Amino acid sequence: MSAAGELSDLYQDLILDHTRKPRNFRELPAANRRAEGYNPLCGDRVSMMLDVAGDTVREVAFQGAGCAISTASASLLTEAVAGKSLEEVRRLVAAFVARVTGGEAPAGSEEVDLGKLEALAGVREYPMRVKCATLPWRALEAALADGEPVVRTE
Amino acid sequence: MSVALEEQRSEQALAPAYDLAAVRAQFPILAETVHDRPLVYLDNAATTQKPERVIAAVGDVYRHSYANVARGVHHLAERATDAFERSRAAVQRFFGAASPEEIVFVRGTTEAINLVAASWGSANVRAGDEVLITGLEHHANLIPWQRLCAEKGAHLRVAPVDERGEVSLEAFAAALSPRTRLAAFAHVSNVFGTVLPVREMVELAHRAGALALVDGPQAAPHLAVDVQALGCDFYAFSGHKVYGPSGIGALFSRAEILREMPPFLTGGGMVRTVSFETSDFADPPTRFEAGTQNLEGAVGLAAALEFLDGIGRENAASWERALLARAVERLAEIPGVRLLGAPRERASLVSFVIEGVHPHDAGTVLDSEGIAVRVGHLCAQPLMASLGVAAVVRASFALYNTLEEVEALAAGLSRVREVFGR
Repeated sequence: MSAAGELSDLYQDLILDHTRKPRNFRELPAANRRAEGYNPLCGDRVSMMLDVAGDTVREVAFQGAGCAISTASASLLTEAVAGKSLEEVRRLVAAFVARVTGGEAPAGSEEVDLGKLEALAGVREYPMRVKCATLPWRALEAALADGEPVVRTE
Repeated sequence: MSVALEEQRSEQALAPAYDLAAVRAQFPILAETVHDRPLVYLDNAATTQKPERVIAAVGDVYRHSYANVARGVHHLAERATDAFERSRAAVQRFFGAASPEEIVFVRGTTEAINLVAASWGSANVRAGDEVLITGLEHHANLIPWQRLCAEKGAHLRVAPVDERGEVSLEAFAAALSPRTRLAAFAHVSNVFGTVLPVREMVELAHRAGALALVDGPQAAPHLAVDVQALGCDFYAFSGHKVYGPSGIGALFSRAEILREMPPFLTGGGMVRTVSFETSDFADPPTRFEAGTQNLEGAVGLAAALEFLDGIGRENAASWERALLARAVERLAEIPGVRLLGAPRERASLVSFVIEGVHPHDAGTVLDSEGIAVRVGHLCAQPLMASLGVAAVVRASFALYNTLEEVEALAAGLSRVREVFGR
Protein backbone atom coordinates (compact mmCIF):
# COMPACT_ATOMS: atom_id res chain seq x y z
CA MET A 1 0.00 0.00 0.00
CA SER A 2 2.68 2.47 0.99
CA ALA A 3 4.32 1.92 -2.39
CA ALA A 4 1.70 4.19 -3.99
CA GLY A 5 2.94 7.40 -5.51
CA GLU A 6 2.59 10.90 -4.22
CA LEU A 7 -0.80 12.46 -4.73
CA SER A 8 0.82 15.30 -6.68
CA ASP A 9 2.07 12.74 -9.25
CA LEU A 10 -1.53 11.76 -9.91
CA TYR A 11 -3.21 15.15 -9.81
CA GLN A 12 -0.58 17.13 -11.73
CA ASP A 13 -1.28 20.74 -12.67
CA LEU A 14 -1.72 19.77 -16.33
CA ILE A 15 -4.37 17.20 -15.37
CA LEU A 16 -6.22 19.57 -13.07
CA ASP A 17 -6.15 22.21 -15.81
CA HIS A 18 -7.78 19.80 -18.28
CA THR A 19 -10.30 18.74 -15.62
CA ARG A 20 -11.37 22.31 -14.94
CA LYS A 21 -11.30 23.39 -18.59
CA PRO A 22 -11.76 20.29 -20.72
CA ARG A 23 -10.76 20.86 -24.36
CA ASN A 24 -13.10 19.88 -27.20
CA PHE A 25 -15.88 19.23 -24.71
CA ARG A 26 -18.85 19.65 -27.02
CA GLU A 27 -21.09 18.03 -29.57
CA LEU A 28 -19.39 17.30 -32.93
CA PRO A 29 -22.05 17.58 -35.63
CA ALA A 30 -19.62 16.41 -38.34
CA ALA A 31 -18.86 13.18 -36.43
CA ASN A 32 -19.02 9.99 -38.51
CA ARG A 33 -17.73 7.69 -35.75
CA ARG A 34 -19.12 7.59 -32.22
CA ALA A 35 -18.89 5.36 -29.18
CA GLU A 36 -19.73 5.64 -25.53
CA GLY A 37 -17.59 4.44 -22.64
CA TYR A 38 -19.27 3.53 -19.38
CA ASN A 39 -17.71 2.56 -16.06
CA PRO A 40 -20.39 0.81 -13.97
CA LEU A 41 -18.22 1.09 -10.87
CA CYS A 42 -18.38 4.88 -10.64
CA GLY A 43 -21.07 5.75 -13.15
CA ASP A 44 -18.65 7.66 -15.41
CA ARG A 45 -19.86 8.11 -18.97
CA VAL A 46 -17.84 9.48 -21.84
CA SER A 47 -19.07 9.84 -25.37
CA MET A 48 -16.32 10.11 -28.02
CA MET A 49 -17.12 11.67 -31.40
CA LEU A 50 -14.75 11.55 -34.37
CA ASP A 51 -14.73 13.10 -37.79
CA VAL A 52 -12.66 10.71 -39.91
CA ALA A 53 -11.84 11.58 -43.51
CA GLY A 54 -10.11 8.87 -45.49
CA ASP A 55 -7.13 7.82 -43.45
CA THR A 56 -7.10 10.83 -41.12
CA VAL A 57 -8.87 11.75 -37.90
CA ARG A 58 -9.78 15.35 -38.65
CA GLU A 59 -11.44 16.25 -35.38
CA VAL A 60 -12.35 14.69 -32.04
CA ALA A 61 -14.73 15.91 -29.36
CA PHE A 62 -16.27 14.39 -26.25
CA GLN A 63 -19.13 14.78 -23.85
CA GLY A 64 -20.13 13.12 -20.62
CA ALA A 65 -19.58 13.25 -16.90
CA GLY A 66 -16.73 11.73 -15.00
CA CYS A 67 -13.98 12.11 -12.46
CA ALA A 68 -10.92 14.33 -12.79
CA ILE A 69 -8.84 11.53 -14.28
CA SER A 70 -11.29 10.37 -16.94
CA THR A 71 -12.18 13.95 -17.90
CA ALA A 72 -8.53 15.00 -18.23
CA SER A 73 -7.72 11.81 -20.10
CA ALA A 74 -10.53 12.43 -22.60
CA SER A 75 -9.53 16.06 -23.01
CA LEU A 76 -5.86 15.24 -23.62
CA LEU A 77 -6.95 12.48 -26.00
CA THR A 78 -8.81 14.91 -28.24
CA GLU A 79 -5.71 17.08 -28.56
CA ALA A 80 -3.38 14.16 -29.12
CA VAL A 81 -5.45 12.38 -31.75
CA ALA A 82 -6.63 15.23 -33.98
CA GLY A 83 -4.79 15.28 -37.30
CA LYS A 84 -3.26 11.82 -36.93
CA SER A 85 -3.63 8.92 -39.34
CA LEU A 86 -5.68 5.90 -38.21
CA GLU A 87 -2.48 3.85 -37.94
CA GLU A 88 -0.82 6.52 -35.77
CA VAL A 89 -3.90 6.63 -33.55
CA ARG A 90 -3.84 2.85 -33.10
CA ARG A 91 -0.18 2.97 -32.09
CA LEU A 92 -0.87 5.85 -29.70
CA VAL A 93 -3.74 3.99 -28.03
CA ALA A 94 -1.55 0.91 -27.54
CA ALA A 95 1.36 2.97 -26.17
CA PHE A 96 -0.88 4.98 -23.82
CA VAL A 97 -2.72 1.95 -22.43
CA ALA A 98 0.60 0.18 -21.85
CA ARG A 99 2.01 3.27 -20.08
CA VAL A 100 -0.90 3.69 -17.63
CA THR A 101 -1.43 -0.02 -16.95
CA GLY A 102 2.29 -0.64 -16.46
CA GLY A 103 2.30 -3.21 -19.27
CA GLU A 104 4.72 -3.58 -22.14
CA ALA A 105 4.12 -1.51 -25.23
CA PRO A 106 3.15 -3.89 -28.07
CA ALA A 107 5.37 -4.18 -31.13
CA GLY A 108 5.24 -1.08 -33.29
CA SER A 109 4.26 1.29 -30.49
CA GLU A 110 7.47 1.29 -28.42
CA GLU A 111 8.76 4.46 -30.05
CA VAL A 112 5.58 6.48 -29.73
CA ASP A 113 6.13 9.84 -28.00
CA LEU A 114 3.27 10.33 -25.55
CA GLY A 115 3.96 14.04 -25.11
CA LYS A 116 1.50 15.64 -22.67
CA LEU A 117 -0.18 12.27 -22.13
CA GLU A 118 2.85 11.35 -20.04
CA ALA A 119 1.18 13.38 -17.25
CA LEU A 120 -1.34 10.56 -16.81
CA ALA A 121 1.35 7.93 -16.16
CA GLY A 122 1.06 8.53 -12.39
CA VAL A 123 -2.23 6.64 -12.41
CA ARG A 124 -0.19 3.40 -12.64
CA GLU A 125 0.37 3.63 -8.89
CA TYR A 126 -3.41 3.68 -8.27
CA PRO A 127 -4.76 0.34 -9.56
CA MET A 128 -8.35 1.25 -8.65
CA ARG A 129 -8.13 4.35 -10.86
CA VAL A 130 -6.46 2.99 -14.01
CA LYS A 131 -9.84 2.34 -15.64
CA CYS A 132 -10.71 6.01 -15.21
CA ALA A 133 -7.74 6.92 -17.42
CA THR A 134 -8.37 4.22 -20.04
CA LEU A 135 -12.17 4.71 -20.35
CA PRO A 136 -12.06 7.39 -23.10
CA TRP A 137 -9.36 5.44 -24.96
CA ARG A 138 -11.47 2.28 -24.96
CA ALA A 139 -14.35 4.35 -26.31
CA LEU A 140 -12.03 5.76 -28.99
CA GLU A 141 -11.00 2.22 -29.98
CA ALA A 142 -14.65 1.17 -30.19
CA ALA A 143 -15.53 4.20 -32.30
CA LEU A 144 -12.74 3.38 -34.75
CA ALA A 145 -13.65 -0.30 -34.83
CA ASP A 146 -17.20 0.77 -35.66
CA GLY A 147 -18.39 -2.11 -33.55
CA GLU A 148 -19.90 -1.93 -30.09
CA PRO A 149 -21.54 1.45 -29.49
CA VAL A 150 -21.07 1.23 -25.71
CA VAL A 151 -17.93 -0.16 -24.10
CA ARG A 152 -17.74 -0.99 -20.45
CA THR A 153 -14.63 -1.03 -18.35
CA GLU A 154 -15.42 -4.43 -16.89
CA MET B 1 -37.66 2.84 18.53
CA SER B 2 -38.84 5.41 21.09
CA VAL B 3 -35.93 4.51 23.34
CA ALA B 4 -33.52 5.22 20.49
CA LEU B 5 -35.20 8.57 19.82
CA GLU B 6 -34.91 9.63 23.43
CA GLU B 7 -31.25 8.72 23.48
CA GLN B 8 -30.69 10.66 20.30
CA ARG B 9 -32.18 13.78 21.86
CA SER B 10 -30.04 13.51 24.96
CA GLU B 11 -26.62 15.13 25.24
CA GLN B 12 -24.06 13.56 22.91
CA ALA B 13 -21.34 11.76 24.81
CA LEU B 14 -17.70 12.81 24.50
CA ALA B 15 -16.55 9.35 25.50
CA PRO B 16 -18.14 5.93 25.19
CA ALA B 17 -19.37 3.90 28.14
CA TYR B 18 -16.56 1.42 27.42
CA ASP B 19 -12.77 1.66 27.30
CA LEU B 20 -12.28 2.75 23.71
CA ALA B 21 -8.50 2.27 23.68
CA ALA B 22 -8.90 -1.26 25.03
CA VAL B 23 -11.56 -2.06 22.43
CA ARG B 24 -9.38 -0.70 19.63
CA ALA B 25 -6.50 -2.83 20.87
CA GLN B 26 -8.67 -5.89 20.22
CA PHE B 27 -8.76 -5.06 16.49
CA PRO B 28 -5.24 -5.74 15.15
CA ILE B 29 -5.95 -4.21 11.73
CA LEU B 30 -6.61 -0.80 13.29
CA ALA B 31 -2.86 -0.58 13.99
CA GLU B 32 -2.07 -0.75 10.26
CA THR B 33 -0.61 2.22 8.45
CA VAL B 34 -1.75 3.22 4.97
CA HIS B 35 0.56 5.39 2.86
CA ASP B 36 2.64 5.85 6.02
CA ARG B 37 -0.33 7.21 7.95
CA PRO B 38 -2.45 5.59 10.64
CA LEU B 39 -5.45 3.85 9.12
CA VAL B 40 -8.71 5.75 9.63
CA TYR B 41 -11.34 3.16 8.74
CA LEU B 42 -14.69 4.82 8.02
CA ASP B 43 -16.13 2.22 5.62
CA ASN B 44 -17.92 0.17 8.26
CA ALA B 45 -21.25 0.08 6.43
CA ALA B 46 -19.46 -1.86 3.67
CA THR B 47 -17.85 -4.23 6.13
CA THR B 48 -16.47 -4.12 9.66
CA GLN B 49 -13.05 -5.16 10.94
CA LYS B 50 -12.60 -8.22 13.16
CA PRO B 51 -11.64 -8.41 16.85
CA GLU B 52 -9.05 -10.90 18.13
CA ARG B 53 -11.69 -13.17 19.61
CA VAL B 54 -13.34 -13.64 16.21
CA ILE B 55 -9.99 -14.30 14.56
CA ALA B 56 -9.15 -16.73 17.37
CA ALA B 57 -12.54 -18.46 17.20
CA VAL B 58 -12.11 -19.16 13.48
CA GLY B 59 -8.56 -20.42 14.10
CA ASP B 60 -9.70 -22.60 17.00
CA VAL B 61 -12.22 -24.38 14.80
CA TYR B 62 -9.42 -25.36 12.41
CA ARG B 63 -7.14 -26.32 15.30
CA HIS B 64 -9.57 -28.26 17.46
CA SER B 65 -13.10 -28.79 16.14
CA TYR B 66 -13.04 -29.07 12.37
CA ALA B 67 -15.12 -31.71 10.62
CA ASN B 68 -18.16 -31.79 8.36
CA VAL B 69 -21.23 -30.65 10.29
CA ALA B 70 -24.03 -33.20 10.88
CA ARG B 71 -22.16 -36.01 9.09
CA GLY B 72 -20.46 -39.00 10.63
CA VAL B 73 -20.36 -40.37 14.13
CA HIS B 74 -16.75 -39.73 15.01
CA HIS B 75 -15.77 -37.43 17.82
CA LEU B 76 -14.65 -34.46 15.72
CA ALA B 77 -17.91 -34.56 13.75
CA GLU B 78 -19.71 -34.37 17.06
CA ARG B 79 -17.64 -31.37 18.20
CA ALA B 80 -18.19 -29.61 14.87
CA THR B 81 -21.93 -30.19 14.92
CA ASP B 82 -22.16 -29.06 18.50
CA ALA B 83 -20.23 -25.86 17.76
CA PHE B 84 -22.43 -25.17 14.72
CA GLU B 85 -25.67 -25.58 16.69
CA ARG B 86 -24.38 -23.50 19.61
CA SER B 87 -23.66 -20.74 17.08
CA ARG B 88 -27.22 -21.01 15.80
CA ALA B 89 -28.48 -20.58 19.36
CA ALA B 90 -26.26 -17.50 19.77
CA VAL B 91 -27.82 -15.94 16.67
CA GLN B 92 -31.28 -16.85 17.95
CA ARG B 93 -30.63 -15.07 21.27
CA PHE B 94 -29.11 -12.03 19.55
CA PHE B 95 -32.22 -11.49 17.42
CA GLY B 96 -34.76 -12.60 19.99
CA ALA B 97 -36.16 -15.44 17.88
CA ALA B 98 -38.44 -17.95 19.61
CA SER B 99 -36.29 -21.01 18.85
CA PRO B 100 -32.99 -21.95 17.10
CA GLU B 101 -35.02 -23.72 14.39
CA GLU B 102 -36.10 -20.28 13.20
CA ILE B 103 -32.50 -19.40 12.21
CA VAL B 104 -31.23 -20.55 8.81
CA PHE B 105 -27.51 -20.11 8.12
CA VAL B 106 -26.76 -18.55 4.74
CA ARG B 107 -23.78 -16.85 3.09
CA GLY B 108 -25.18 -13.43 3.82
CA THR B 109 -28.13 -11.10 3.29
CA THR B 110 -28.06 -11.46 -0.48
CA GLU B 111 -28.47 -15.23 -0.21
CA ALA B 112 -31.12 -14.87 2.51
CA ILE B 113 -33.30 -12.66 0.32
CA ASN B 114 -32.74 -14.83 -2.75
CA LEU B 115 -33.76 -17.83 -0.64
CA VAL B 116 -37.05 -16.18 0.31
CA ALA B 117 -37.72 -15.06 -3.27
CA ALA B 118 -36.95 -18.49 -4.75
CA SER B 119 -38.60 -20.62 -2.06
CA TRP B 120 -41.44 -18.68 -0.45
CA GLY B 121 -41.90 -16.47 -3.52
CA SER B 122 -42.20 -19.29 -6.03
CA ALA B 123 -44.79 -21.04 -3.83
CA ASN B 124 -46.84 -17.98 -2.91
CA VAL B 125 -46.60 -15.26 -5.56
CA ARG B 126 -48.89 -15.57 -8.59
CA ALA B 127 -49.72 -13.59 -11.71
CA GLY B 128 -51.29 -10.26 -10.81
CA ASP B 129 -49.93 -10.30 -7.25
CA GLU B 130 -47.75 -7.50 -5.96
CA VAL B 131 -44.47 -7.28 -4.08
CA LEU B 132 -43.82 -3.94 -2.37
CA ILE B 133 -40.37 -2.48 -1.73
CA THR B 134 -39.25 1.10 -1.03
CA GLY B 135 -37.30 3.59 -3.13
CA LEU B 136 -34.18 3.34 -0.97
CA GLU B 137 -33.50 -0.39 -1.24
CA HIS B 138 -30.07 -1.91 -1.86
CA HIS B 139 -29.85 -3.94 -5.09
CA ALA B 140 -29.96 -7.09 -2.92
CA ASN B 141 -33.52 -6.22 -1.85
CA LEU B 142 -34.61 -5.17 -5.32
CA ILE B 143 -33.29 -7.52 -7.99
CA PRO B 144 -34.54 -10.84 -6.44
CA TRP B 145 -38.08 -9.33 -6.38
CA GLN B 146 -37.71 -7.88 -9.85
CA ARG B 147 -36.83 -11.35 -11.15
CA LEU B 148 -39.57 -13.11 -9.17
CA CYS B 149 -42.21 -10.68 -10.43
CA ALA B 150 -41.02 -11.05 -14.04
CA GLU B 151 -41.19 -14.85 -13.77
CA LYS B 152 -44.63 -14.85 -12.15
CA GLY B 153 -46.27 -12.00 -14.02
CA ALA B 154 -46.52 -10.16 -10.70
CA HIS B 155 -45.95 -6.43 -10.16
CA LEU B 156 -43.16 -4.78 -8.21
CA ARG B 157 -44.41 -1.67 -6.41
CA VAL B 158 -42.09 0.95 -4.93
CA ALA B 159 -43.08 3.12 -1.94
CA PRO B 160 -41.53 6.57 -2.52
CA VAL B 161 -38.73 8.13 -0.48
CA ASP B 162 -39.13 11.77 0.53
CA GLU B 163 -36.45 14.49 0.43
CA ARG B 164 -35.42 13.74 4.01
CA GLY B 165 -34.53 10.22 2.91
CA GLU B 166 -37.45 8.80 4.85
CA VAL B 167 -40.32 6.53 3.82
CA SER B 168 -43.48 7.91 5.37
CA LEU B 169 -45.98 5.47 6.82
CA GLU B 170 -48.69 7.22 4.77
CA ALA B 171 -46.81 6.65 1.50
CA PHE B 172 -46.03 3.08 2.47
CA ALA B 173 -49.65 2.35 3.43
CA ALA B 174 -50.84 3.87 0.19
CA ALA B 175 -48.57 1.56 -1.83
CA LEU B 176 -49.99 -1.57 -0.18
CA SER B 177 -52.98 -3.21 -1.83
CA PRO B 178 -55.11 -6.32 -1.35
CA ARG B 179 -52.85 -7.93 -4.00
CA THR B 180 -49.63 -7.30 -2.00
CA ARG B 181 -48.20 -10.69 -1.02
CA LEU B 182 -44.98 -9.43 0.52
CA ALA B 183 -43.50 -6.12 1.62
CA ALA B 184 -39.67 -6.10 1.74
CA PHE B 185 -37.82 -3.11 3.17
CA ALA B 186 -34.56 -2.04 4.78
CA HIS B 187 -34.32 -1.60 8.54
CA VAL B 188 -31.60 1.02 8.02
CA SER B 189 -30.84 2.68 4.67
CA ASN B 190 -27.28 2.06 3.44
CA VAL B 191 -27.34 5.44 1.66
CA PHE B 192 -29.04 7.85 4.10
CA GLY B 193 -28.65 5.91 7.35
CA THR B 194 -32.40 6.34 7.89
CA VAL B 195 -33.86 4.08 10.56
CA LEU B 196 -37.17 3.03 9.04
CA PRO B 197 -40.25 2.61 11.26
CA VAL B 198 -40.16 -1.12 10.62
CA ARG B 199 -42.48 -2.22 13.43
CA GLU B 200 -45.23 0.02 12.09
CA MET B 201 -44.47 -1.03 8.49
CA VAL B 202 -44.74 -4.70 9.44
CA GLU B 203 -48.09 -4.00 11.07
CA LEU B 204 -49.37 -2.16 8.00
CA ALA B 205 -48.23 -5.00 5.75
CA HIS B 206 -49.96 -7.56 7.95
CA ARG B 207 -53.14 -5.51 7.99
CA ALA B 208 -53.09 -5.60 4.16
CA GLY B 209 -52.71 -9.38 4.29
CA ALA B 210 -49.05 -9.39 3.24
CA LEU B 211 -45.97 -10.87 4.88
CA ALA B 212 -43.05 -8.58 5.78
CA LEU B 213 -39.33 -9.07 5.17
CA VAL B 214 -36.83 -6.76 6.88
CA ASP B 215 -33.42 -6.28 5.20
CA GLY B 216 -31.30 -5.91 8.30
CA PRO B 217 -27.51 -5.79 7.69
CA GLN B 218 -27.14 -2.04 8.34
CA ALA B 219 -29.25 -2.26 11.51
CA ALA B 220 -27.80 -5.31 13.26
CA PRO B 221 -24.53 -3.63 14.39
CA HIS B 222 -26.28 -0.51 15.69
CA LEU B 223 -29.76 -1.31 16.99
CA ALA B 224 -31.13 -3.86 19.40
CA VAL B 225 -33.11 -6.02 16.99
CA ASP B 226 -35.88 -8.17 18.45
CA VAL B 227 -37.66 -10.03 15.68
CA GLN B 228 -40.59 -10.97 17.90
CA ALA B 229 -41.13 -7.35 18.97
CA LEU B 230 -40.88 -6.25 15.33
CA GLY B 231 -43.37 -8.95 14.36
CA CYS B 232 -41.65 -9.47 11.00
CA ASP B 233 -41.95 -12.70 9.03
CA PHE B 234 -38.39 -12.62 7.67
CA TYR B 235 -35.25 -10.86 8.88
CA ALA B 236 -32.04 -11.08 6.84
CA PHE B 237 -28.53 -10.10 7.94
CA SER B 238 -24.82 -10.57 7.26
CA GLY B 239 -22.15 -11.58 9.77
CA HIS B 240 -19.37 -9.46 8.29
CA LYS B 241 -21.21 -6.25 9.14
CA VAL B 242 -21.30 -7.10 12.86
CA TYR B 243 -17.55 -7.79 13.29
CA GLY B 244 -17.94 -11.42 12.16
CA PRO B 245 -16.45 -13.32 9.21
CA SER B 246 -17.64 -12.84 5.65
CA GLY B 247 -19.52 -15.65 3.93
CA ILE B 248 -21.87 -16.25 6.86
CA GLY B 249 -25.21 -14.68 7.68
CA ALA B 250 -28.64 -15.74 8.76
CA LEU B 251 -32.24 -15.68 7.73
CA PHE B 252 -34.82 -15.57 10.49
CA SER B 253 -38.32 -16.70 9.76
CA ARG B 254 -41.15 -17.89 11.96
CA ALA B 255 -41.34 -21.67 12.36
CA GLU B 256 -44.80 -22.00 10.81
CA ILE B 257 -43.67 -20.13 7.68
CA LEU B 258 -40.41 -22.07 7.26
CA ARG B 259 -42.29 -25.36 7.69
CA GLU B 260 -44.39 -24.66 4.58
CA MET B 261 -41.53 -23.42 2.41
CA PRO B 262 -40.03 -25.66 -0.32
CA PRO B 263 -36.22 -26.13 -0.38
CA PHE B 264 -33.95 -23.50 -1.94
CA LEU B 265 -30.72 -25.30 -2.87
CA THR B 266 -30.89 -29.09 -2.92
CA GLY B 267 -28.26 -31.74 -2.30
CA GLY B 268 -26.46 -33.27 0.63
CA GLY B 269 -27.51 -32.74 4.22
CA MET B 270 -30.99 -31.28 3.64
CA VAL B 271 -32.84 -34.58 3.18
CA ARG B 272 -34.19 -37.50 5.21
CA THR B 273 -34.52 -40.28 2.62
CA VAL B 274 -33.61 -40.21 -1.06
CA SER B 275 -34.38 -42.66 -3.86
CA PHE B 276 -33.80 -42.21 -7.59
CA GLU B 277 -37.45 -41.29 -7.93
CA THR B 278 -38.00 -38.87 -5.07
CA SER B 279 -36.59 -37.20 -1.97
CA ASP B 280 -38.03 -36.50 1.45
CA PHE B 281 -36.72 -33.18 2.71
CA ALA B 282 -35.56 -32.47 6.23
CA ASP B 283 -37.34 -30.10 8.58
CA PRO B 284 -36.25 -26.46 8.83
CA PRO B 285 -33.66 -25.10 9.26
CA THR B 286 -31.72 -28.08 7.81
CA ARG B 287 -34.04 -28.15 4.77
CA PHE B 288 -32.47 -24.83 3.69
CA GLU B 289 -28.84 -25.72 4.44
CA ALA B 290 -27.72 -27.90 1.53
CA GLY B 291 -24.08 -28.91 1.21
CA THR B 292 -21.19 -28.63 3.63
CA GLN B 293 -21.86 -25.78 6.03
CA ASN B 294 -19.61 -22.82 6.87
CA LEU B 295 -18.73 -24.03 10.38
CA GLU B 296 -15.84 -21.62 10.99
CA GLY B 297 -18.00 -18.75 9.77
CA ALA B 298 -20.85 -19.66 12.11
CA VAL B 299 -18.53 -20.03 15.09
CA GLY B 300 -16.79 -16.74 14.22
CA LEU B 301 -20.18 -15.05 13.95
CA ALA B 302 -21.24 -16.31 17.37
CA ALA B 303 -17.96 -14.94 18.79
CA ALA B 304 -18.67 -11.58 17.14
CA LEU B 305 -22.19 -11.41 18.60
CA GLU B 306 -20.81 -12.25 22.05
CA PHE B 307 -18.18 -9.53 21.58
CA LEU B 308 -20.86 -6.98 20.68
CA ASP B 309 -23.09 -8.01 23.57
CA GLY B 310 -20.08 -7.79 25.90
CA ILE B 311 -19.71 -4.12 24.99
CA GLY B 312 -23.46 -3.67 24.99
CA ARG B 313 -25.40 -2.79 21.87
CA GLU B 314 -26.87 0.28 23.60
CA ASN B 315 -23.38 1.46 24.56
CA ALA B 316 -22.10 0.95 21.03
CA ALA B 317 -25.14 2.68 19.53
CA SER B 318 -24.85 5.65 21.83
CA TRP B 319 -21.15 6.19 20.96
CA GLU B 320 -21.84 5.76 17.24
CA ARG B 321 -24.52 8.44 17.51
CA ALA B 322 -21.96 10.79 19.08
CA LEU B 323 -19.52 10.08 16.21
CA LEU B 324 -22.26 10.60 13.63
CA ALA B 325 -23.47 13.84 15.23
CA ARG B 326 -19.91 15.23 15.17
CA ALA B 327 -19.45 14.13 11.55
CA VAL B 328 -22.70 15.74 10.42
CA GLU B 329 -21.73 18.94 12.25
CA ARG B 330 -18.23 19.06 10.68
CA LEU B 331 -19.39 18.15 7.16
CA ALA B 332 -22.06 20.85 7.23
CA GLU B 333 -19.32 23.43 7.95
CA ILE B 334 -17.33 22.59 4.82
CA PRO B 335 -18.31 24.81 1.88
CA GLY B 336 -19.47 22.83 -1.15
CA VAL B 337 -20.31 19.69 0.81
CA ARG B 338 -23.95 18.64 0.43
CA LEU B 339 -25.34 15.95 2.72
CA LEU B 340 -27.84 13.54 1.19
CA GLY B 341 -31.06 13.28 3.14
CA ALA B 342 -31.78 14.51 6.64
CA PRO B 343 -33.57 11.63 8.33
CA ARG B 344 -34.85 12.37 11.81
CA GLU B 345 -33.58 9.05 13.04
CA ARG B 346 -30.25 8.01 11.59
CA ALA B 347 -27.83 5.17 12.30
CA SER B 348 -24.10 5.54 11.98
CA LEU B 349 -23.58 6.67 8.41
CA VAL B 350 -23.74 9.78 6.25
CA SER B 351 -23.50 10.18 2.47
CA PHE B 352 -22.55 13.39 0.71
CA VAL B 353 -21.36 14.98 -2.51
CA ILE B 354 -18.78 17.73 -2.96
CA GLU B 355 -19.49 20.47 -5.46
CA GLY B 356 -17.15 20.16 -8.43
CA VAL B 357 -15.30 17.09 -7.15
CA HIS B 358 -16.09 13.58 -8.30
CA PRO B 359 -16.49 11.12 -5.38
CA HIS B 360 -13.75 8.87 -6.78
CA ASP B 361 -11.26 11.76 -6.75
CA ALA B 362 -12.31 12.62 -3.19
CA GLY B 363 -11.84 8.94 -2.26
CA THR B 364 -8.32 8.87 -3.73
CA VAL B 365 -7.27 12.05 -1.89
CA LEU B 366 -8.74 10.78 1.40
CA ASP B 367 -6.96 7.47 0.88
CA SER B 368 -3.66 9.30 0.51
CA GLU B 369 -4.33 10.58 4.05
CA GLY B 370 -4.99 7.03 5.27
CA ILE B 371 -8.76 7.53 5.38
CA ALA B 372 -11.00 4.77 3.99
CA VAL B 373 -14.49 5.81 2.91
CA ARG B 374 -16.88 4.33 0.38
CA VAL B 375 -17.36 6.04 -2.97
CA GLY B 376 -19.71 5.02 -5.75
CA HIS B 377 -23.39 4.25 -6.24
CA LEU B 378 -23.60 2.12 -3.04
CA CYS B 379 -25.50 -0.64 -4.90
CA ALA B 380 -28.51 1.67 -5.08
CA GLN B 381 -28.52 2.85 -8.69
CA PRO B 382 -32.27 3.64 -8.91
CA LEU B 383 -32.01 5.80 -5.78
CA MET B 384 -28.89 7.57 -7.14
CA ALA B 385 -30.79 8.31 -10.36
CA SER B 386 -33.68 9.82 -8.40
CA LEU B 387 -31.19 11.94 -6.41
CA GLY B 388 -29.64 13.11 -9.67
CA VAL B 389 -26.13 11.90 -8.82
CA ALA B 390 -23.99 9.11 -10.31
CA ALA B 391 -22.00 8.50 -7.16
CA VAL B 392 -21.55 9.69 -3.59
CA VAL B 393 -19.04 9.61 -0.75
CA ARG B 394 -20.15 7.70 2.36
CA ALA B 395 -18.56 7.77 5.80
CA SER B 396 -19.79 5.11 8.22
CA PHE B 397 -18.88 4.52 11.83
CA ALA B 398 -18.36 1.56 14.13
CA LEU B 399 -17.96 1.20 17.87
CA TYR B 400 -14.14 1.42 17.56
CA ASN B 401 -14.00 4.79 15.80
CA THR B 402 -12.84 7.92 17.60
CA LEU B 403 -13.76 11.60 17.50
CA GLU B 404 -10.17 12.23 16.29
CA GLU B 405 -10.95 10.06 13.25
CA VAL B 406 -14.02 12.18 12.52
CA GLU B 407 -11.79 15.27 12.71
CA ALA B 408 -9.31 13.54 10.37
CA LEU B 409 -12.14 13.08 7.86
CA ALA B 410 -13.02 16.79 8.05
CA ALA B 411 -9.35 17.74 7.61
CA GLY B 412 -9.08 15.26 4.71
CA LEU B 413 -12.04 16.90 2.98
CA SER B 414 -10.38 20.29 3.33
CA ARG B 415 -7.37 18.74 1.59
CA VAL B 416 -9.71 17.49 -1.17
CA ARG B 417 -10.90 21.05 -1.72
CA GLU B 418 -7.30 22.27 -1.72
CA VAL B 419 -6.22 19.77 -4.39
CA PHE B 420 -9.13 20.65 -6.62
CA GLY B 421 -8.76 24.37 -5.97
CA ARG B 422 -12.17 25.21 -4.64
